Amino acid sequence: MTDDTLMDQPHGPGIAAPGTILYVDSVTVSFDGFRALNELSLVIEPGELRTIIGPNGAGKTTMMDVITGKTRPDQGDVLFDGHVDLTKMTEDQIANLGIGRKFQKPTVFEHLTVFENLELALKCKRDTLSTLLFRLSGEQQHRIDQVLGTVGLKDKPRMLAGALSHGQKQWLEIGMLLMQDQRLLLLDEPVAGMTDAETEATAELILDLHKDPHHSLVVVEHDMEFVRALGARVTVLHEGSVLAEGSLDAVQANAKVVEVYLGR
Amino acid sequence: MHSLSHLFLNPGDRRFWAGFTALGVLFLLLVPALNLLLPADSALHVPNYMVTLIGKYLCYAILAMAMNLVWGYCGVLSLGHGAFFALGGYAIGMYMMRSIGARGVYGNADLPDFMVFLNWKELPWYWLGFDHFWFAALMVMAIPGALAFVFGWLAFRSRINGVYLSIVTQAMTYALMLAFFRNEMGFGGNNGLTDFKDILGFDLSQDATKMGLYLLTTLVLGATFLLVRFVTASKLGRVMMAVRDAESRVRFLGYSVTGVKLFAFTLSAVLAGIAGALYVPQVGIINPSEFSPANSIEIAIWVAVGGRGTLLGPVLGAFAVNGAKTWLTGAAPELWLFALGALFILVTLALPKGLVGLWAGLRARVTEKSND
Repeated sequence: MTDDTLMDQPHGPGIAAPGTILYVDSVTVSFDGFRALNELSLVIEPGELRTIIGPNGAGKTTMMDVITGKTRPDQGDVLFDGHVDLTKMTEDQIANLGIGRKFQKPTVFEHLTVFENLELALKCKRDTLSTLLFRLSGEQQHRIDQVLGTVGLKDKPRMLAGALSHGQKQWLEIGMLLMQDQRLLLLDEPVAGMTDAETEATAELILDLHKDPHHSLVVVEHDMEFVRALGARVTVLHEGSVLAEGSLDAVQANAKVVEVYLGR
Repeated sequence: MHSLSHLFLNPGDRRFWAGFTALGVLFLLLVPALNLLLPADSALHVPNYMVTLIGKYLCYAILAMAMNLVWGYCGVLSLGHGAFFALGGYAIGMYMMRSIGARGVYGNADLPDFMVFLNWKELPWYWLGFDHFWFAALMVMAIPGALAFVFGWLAFRSRINGVYLSIVTQAMTYALMLAFFRNEMGFGGNNGLTDFKDILGFDLSQDATKMGLYLLTTLVLGATFLLVRFVTASKLGRVMMAVRDAESRVRFLGYSVTGVKLFAFTLSAVLAGIAGALYVPQVGIINPSEFSPANSIEIAIWVAVGGRGTLLGPVLGAFAVNGAKTWLTGAAPELWLFALGALFILVTLALPKGLVGLWAGLRARVTEKSND
């Protein structure tokens, strides 16, 4: 299935949310009676950069799992591009639709080289037969070299990914996200375990991606310095629902947010 | 062109071609030469029974390569590969039964002996077509392939992984064994298929036919080598390794893990079927014990001993373990199962990459010393 046919098919419950890239409406997910998401609603506009914060267990990772097809919601709607129902699709279909994800714990393929990791992420036909017969074109080779430069791994293409430092793995995974050339990028704690310099460079890279209106980004982060550096609209999650939304200063001044973060 | 330069310039690839050529010279030239050209009393003469024994090991080596493709590279531990091997063997066995014709004990031109014995009057429909070699040759691949495709599709789609997959594949081969033991199935029951006379008109009792089967098996092993290399050196091969190491991550990159596993499993089953079809004419019998769950576990041990996820490892493992088995079951038969168990524990604990890993480790040490 190509991206085009997927996009053009009418999907899902017949509802539409024009003018949104991601539309999450009253989504609930329970695990053994625990409500990880509790009627969560969230709208991301095309080209928007959004940061999501919240204490541990607020449902940030579960929310990403629902958007990327890893977890099926018990109820609620999740629409991509205003009309594609994501709750009926598998992880690989969603990835081919144009949604990319960077995991909290860097997950690169340790037994493959840096170059091969990027090659696997490359945007191209990904069905089994095309993958068997795949030949890297000069243009694609150039794109990989470009991304190697962007993520600072230009001198390590032949190194096994498992031999990289923690920060380098984070960058390689960001590189894999870039290779996929997705429209919606979900980044789960992209700077966890990074040095200050690496964190700063990551913030610059994200802001750079944000300049292209083709990209919409959702960044989950704990590091307030980093959230401030991004200067984007902030959504605060708590116990599986949205507690507050607004600029960082506004949410930090919000009494409910202060209470959640500092304890009752 | 990155991939092309990759194929020829990489030192690992030069090593591959060196190993491939060495194996070719050994099995294709040296063994036949020592058998045919040296007098029987020479110390270096390879006797006929030895050629057939090596031919049998070569079939096991093909089977081990098939197993390695799906387990070593894709991380799917199938413990039912003995079933695909046996099905390939039965398919060629049916052809050889049909070509016995009226030369059987009962002299019945229309029915195999065991059917006459069971008082059957008519050939069952599923035996139709097996009079023709081309049909049997097709079934050698189609039946294991189709079974693997359907079984794999159901299992992988439902995300049955790891030890659960190993258990259901064991159950599959066990169920087939019980079914093939039944006389009503029409595959000779307990005794299986045997008393073969010839294949494609060549008399199976002739030394020349045995040598021909041996050489054919060697060529098929070579072709399997190249095929497995082609698959594992492709981008799909890297996706397979990625599935082995971090399955869910591969899905988020947009690859269908079900599709990748199904490809590896089905191709592997087809190769196992071919190995079985080469094996049966050389040993002269196929019976339901080939489906026994223990057989399938042994295949995994060959691969583990030789080195999972390496091209040469399975061949080495198949020869080493079966060589030891032939020797020990002669010298001290009661010890063999203990030895096999001990070997598996030793390899798992001390040699995670098998014999190939041991060799690579030694080489690395020698290089390090010479650099000092």
